[in-house]
Amino acid sequence: MTPLQIIFLIVAAITLGGALMVVTTRNLVHAALWLVLSLFGIAIIFVLLDAGFFAVAQVVIYIGAIAILMIFAIMLTRRVAKDSGPQINATWPIAGIVTLALFGGLFTVLQNWQQIHVLPPSFPEGYDPLQQLGVELVSPNGYLIPFEVASILLLAALIGAIVIAWSKTK
Amino acid sequence: MLNDWLYIGLILIIAPIFPIMALIIPRILAPHKPSSLKSETYECGVKTVGETWVQFKVQYYNFALIFLIFDVEIVFLFPWAIAYHQLPLFAVIEGILFILILVAGLIYAWRKGFLEWF
Amino acid sequence: MSDPVNLIANWLKTVLINWGVSPTWITVILSAIGVVVLASVVLVLDIFLVWVERKVVARFQDRLGPNRLGPFGLFQPIADVIKLLLKEDITPDKADKFLYNLSPVIALATVIMLWAVVPLAPTIFGSDINVGVLYIIAVGSISTLGILIAGWASNNKFALVGAFRTVAQMVSYEVPMVISILIPVILSRSMGINTIVHSQTVWYIVLAPVAAIIFLISSQAELGRAPFDISEAESEIVAGFHIEYTGMKFGLFYAGELLHALTLGGFFATFFLGGWRGWGVETYPILGIFYFFVKAFFMYWVIMWIKYSFPRVRIDQMLNLNWKFLTPLALAALIITALLDKLFQNASYSVYVLVMFLSNVILLYIAYLVVGSYARAERKRVADPEKIRVNFPIKSSGSTIEPRSTSEGAHV
Repeated sequence: MTPLQIIFLIVAAITLGGALMVVTTRNLVHAALWLVLSLFGIAIIFVLLDAGFFAVAQVVIYIGAIAILMIFAIMLTRRVAKDSGPQINATWPIAGIVTLALFGGLFTVLQNWQQIHVLPPSFPEGYDPLQQLGVELVSPNGYLIPFEVASILLLAALIGAIVIAWSKTK
Repeated sequence: MLNDWLYIGLILIIAPIFPIMALIIPRILAPHKPSSLKSETYECGVKTVGETWVQFKVQYYNFALIFLIFDVEIVFLFPWAIAYHQLPLFAVIEGILFILILVAGLIYAWRKGFLEWF
Repeated sequence: MSDPVNLIANWLKTVLINWGVSPTWITVILSAIGVVVLASVVLVLDIFLVWVERKVVARFQDRLGPNRLGPFGLFQPIADVIKLLLKEDITPDKADKFLYNLSPVIALATVIMLWAVVPLAPTIFGSDINVGVLYIIAVGSISTLGILIAGWASNNKFALVGAFRTVAQMVSYEVPMVISILIPVILSRSMGINTIVHSQTVWYIVLAPVAAIIFLISSQAELGRAPFDISEAESEIVAGFHIEYTGMKFGLFYAGELLHALTLGGFFATFFLGGWRGWGVETYPILGIFYFFVKAFFMYWVIMWIKYSFPRVRIDQMLNLNWKFLTPLALAALIITALLDKLFQNASYSVYVLVMFLSNVILLYIAYLVVGSYARAERKRVADPEKIRVNFPIKSSGSTIEPRSTSEGAHV
């Protein structure tokens, strides 16, 4: 096994383990922090895929903003941080069957995919993928419309949050 | 390029070792005599009453929310800033339009009193 | 002997090749040695910073500072470290043990990780990733999360409130900081910090002074230093999020804060003062380290100067300053820099420099006028209190007290 594969296996185990702990731990703040670990694992997987910009963007946005927002939301709304219900739902057999079916389906699709062993081609000399991303984001033949729509989406999110959660008399 | 990230990965693993060593040394050298009086919660000499949870103001959430919106906006702007010399003037105007849409959001939040800290 | 660091690295590489180690392992071993050397140098510098901080604050306050241990008190930090190592480790009851111990480690480790991307000389740097600028912000945001963990894990109401206020402050001031870092990225067309330093034939503090000033103010707030030290307002909330931390854990927070101040001073020097640039650096790369640290320590001194000269700002004033002044100013600077850079990119370089500098000066003047008019309006509002009618009759054993007539007014 190449070292890259070993590192990938370790990081994937961390990510999945963190995700499992998010849903099984009883303390809500602990769940948020396990989620942070999981997201950090995803950032490392981005690095392994040679996408450094997305790795740091993942850490900046997800861990630096969204995780903090989630922890604030937990502390603002919860009187008791512990979940006290039963751990396992009454409908767990159906959930188990659906999960296994989904896993089986994904497994067969990936098994039959012929190109799973193809390595990504390396970039030609002097090609900077990050600059190309910048050019594509604002070129009219590229992703200009999604770029501007993204800003309108952010504006809508902000105005929506203000309208729903805030009134001036508060 | 992966060599640079290898350095970052190594420093991610090695950098916490120094503070952890600094935490283990007192465990060996320092006295360890816990008593119930020493491990009481500190509240300027008064006994604490009730749980640690207190009612928080919603303003904390407001500021985190606005920070999230602006953070995502700025991360979008980074690739635009890098590809600058290859772009025509039109692309610069588009980027400025992107910024101005979110400035409109900031002004809306300002006028609605979202940024006040009561 | 112009570049001893790389000489030693190459010698080690030849030694390892002669031992028959495979090339991937050679890179890993050399990188690991580089990491350990960098972290050790940074931590030794951190201990030295304790002495610098105490001497400088003493001089600002017209006194001597530590001068008993060793020449000029130089061994004082060593005594401090030994004292902290021998203190008992008290964990408050019902505190979350793992998180309580994890958070000082996060606080110091994230600051050490910041030094991985700082170029100390043209050939001496940790790592030259092409997204260095965003990496700095990412690591800074992890340290913010560490503070939240510290406050929550202490099981103390005041620590939690202090942590929330600190995180709200740090998160708010990250916005103008990131926007002001975006301006050197535009000017140098790259996110890699090495490239930013290489493109500073004219220092960026001349091309973008507004960005430099905003970065300085935001750094002061990110560090939690006066005038923005709500988080550790000693006279108000005792110690903020690190109330329950004693001994070496507090020492790690304190050392992390000082090192963070030097690191942000170093980043100001890298982005705006030309990093390792100076005379003769091309022929003797080792001089780059000297120039870099001179500039970084100068900026650290400026940060201390601001800290020990200003009183504390209230939290609502601080957040108003950020969201209503710094963020619009930073966005305006970004728009102006972007426009002018594109319009003048074919002009001669001196015209370009002059145009950028003048536009920033004009923007600063407009900002000054806006702030001045706001300050005047605020002063007027506070000086003339409204006359308020006090309107309650007080009955006490038969006699009533009439309210005063409002012509004299009751000044509230």
